[in-house]
Amino acid sequence: MKLSINEKLQILADAAKYDVSCASSGSNRKNTNNGLGNTSQMGICHSYTEDGRCVSLLKLLLTNYCIYDCAYCVSRKSNDVPRAAFTVKEVVDLTINFYKRNYIEGLFLSSGIFKNADYTNERLIRIAKLLRTEHNFNGYIHLKIIPGCSEEVMEEAGLYADRLSVNLEIPSERSLKKIAPEKNHSSVYKPMNYLTNRISLYNDEKRKFKYAPRFAPGGQSTQLVIGASPETDFDVLHLANNLYSDQKLRRVYYSGYIPISDDNRLPALKTPPLIRENRLYQADWLMRYYGFEVNEIVNEQHQQLDLTMDPKMSYALRNMHLFPVNINMADREMLLRIPGVGVKSVNMIIKARRFSRLGYEHLKKIGVAMNRAQYFIEVSGRPLNEVASDPDKIKIALAAREKRNQLTLF
Amino acid sequence: MIYIYDDSFDGFLTVIFDIYDLKIQPADICRERNHQPSLFAEKRTIITDGHKAGRVLSGIKKKLSLHGVHGIYKCWLSEQVGIEMMLFRYISYAIKSKRNIENDFSDSDVLEVSQVVKKINREIHRMHAFVRFQKTRDGVYAATIAPDFDVVTLLAPHFKERYKSQQWFIYDTKRQYGIYYDLSEVVEVKLENAQWQGRNKVSRLVLAEEEKEFELWWKSYFKATSIEERANIKLHLKHVPRRYWRYLPEKV
Ligand code: SF4
Repeated sequence: MKLSINEKLQILADAAKYDVSCASSGSNRKNTNNGLGNTSQMGICHSYTEDGRCVSLLKLLLTNYCIYDCAYCVSRKSNDVPRAAFTVKEVVDLTINFYKRNYIEGLFLSSGIFKNADYTNERLIRIAKLLRTEHNFNGYIHLKIIPGCSEEVMEEAGLYADRLSVNLEIPSERSLKKIAPEKNHSSVYKPMNYLTNRISLYNDEKRKFKYAPRFAPGGQSTQLVIGASPETDFDVLHLANNLYSDQKLRRVYYSGYIPISDDNRLPALKTPPLIRENRLYQADWLMRYYGFEVNEIVNEQHQQLDLTMDPKMSYALRNMHLFPVNINMADREMLLRIPGVGVKSVNMIIKARRFSRLGYEHLKKIGVAMNRAQYFIEVSGRPLNEVASDPDKIKIALAAREKRNQLTLF
Repeated sequence: MIYIYDDSFDGFLTVIFDIYDLKIQPADICRERNHQPSLFAEKRTIITDGHKAGRVLSGIKKKLSLHGVHGIYKCWLSEQVGIEMMLFRYISYAIKSKRNIENDFSDSDVLEVSQVVKKINREIHRMHAFVRFQKTRDGVYAATIAPDFDVVTLLAPHFKERYKSQQWFIYDTKRQYGIYYDLSEVVEVKLENAQWQGRNKVSRLVLAEEEKEFELWWKSYFKATSIEERANIKLHLKHVPRRYWRYLPEKV
């Protein structure tokens, strides 16, 4: 029976949604030749799902037919679900028309594997190419690279896409082998490393020659599934740290495993580990924007993130000898380590203290979360709070507050 | 003294000029349409004067960055009660100070200007996100909006760059004017006897045949892309406050 576009959308958007990345940022494509669209450096979320995630891109699988049987995936071959496949033209038309109505920033296209990796990737690229060349489309395109993809095919993908991603999914090789028998980490690292090299090569060219072509200007990202295998936060964050420093990834996404499968290779979770996922994102931010070393967040003694408080707070409570920090004197690096003080507040503090000495009332107005920061700051040699030197008392005070406010995510 | 001006930004700048000229401190500065007659207060209606406004503007430009000057305009667009007095104090501080005061966040007016600018910027960003075009029979992509602040003209650069090769039209139904792009430039427009449908939406009668289909597909997409097991309505509402739902096909 032939499926309608509406039915295909329902099946193939549903199957694509477990890839949590939806970012449309980091690329800077102009609208050339009177074409359609451009990309915005900071990205735009055109809507939000009812689970609060950004909807920026039209996120689809080209098909959910798959020859593999990864236990954590709804599209695995042994799963009894309705299958569908878009034609190239259908995806192109949907993208163009959604874009013209300002529903989306662009397309994120992935696919189940039919025949083999190259055959699948070639289809994805054909769509990107059509959009760019026939339709003069300058919006955002994110293509998934299927492990096992050849270099020629990746080379082409990079010319049309803004961002490319190869998903690691399971954080350790041993676990991956167990849950996804046809996959291994080297088949993921191979394309990832190839892309890393190409991206840096093209970037060098671009610095030298203004009109050099671009290769995936939005960089590459990956996704790790959390809670489907026994790795600790120590394992996960050290892995992420390597991906940032060695593979130069733009983003690592953490996706709390959603118990979609009763496959007995997987743990039986009742609910997805959303709090843990949130703590991992917070830790990730500390590494990328707050100058934290991964070892300061998780180490041999502290292998798991504390679920009851954010990782910056746990760091501060473990390192009380560094506090209180003097708001009017401390350097940027130390200001960033104060719980309750974000990057924006730090920037404002540094600018404002050139004019006059800041007091507690200023900090509050600037947007510092004083309920958390109060234990860790001083303005003129006198700390604000008496319990400042006793981490246990701070914990108790914070917990009492938390109870009143109930735990809200993000 | 209460200074009263027409609804224009030039009018507001003229007020600033006259305050310095007359050397009479303002008790308040208000727009004609907001002004409540009062028996006791002395008032003065200012006549907008492009030359005076220009002189104030060039005076401010000497003291602030371009960003800072634009910030004053954005604050003024917020239409917040009391914004004129706040801006007057801010401008006075900027003019009398020897160095650029934009970053002196320990001053409450400077801090407030930066916060109002942030609000306006957020509203602009939201409009970049939440404008939903519908294609009409004559091929124009039309959208209606009702933003919290008077930002419709500030949307022109973004949409012009993005949709160079389609005609589009964005109308603020609350303030009853909008902008239209005719494939070469963006112009301000005001519709006489506009015929809206339902809660100020573009009338179904003028929409292109295919419009229904794309809206349906978009709704299906939106529904399918949510993950039930992760439902978090509170977070959802934080990002898409209810007052914006009216024009989002996926939320209707
Ligand atoms: S290869 Fe991809 S689509 Fe196929 S089962 Fe594994 S994760 Fe799912």
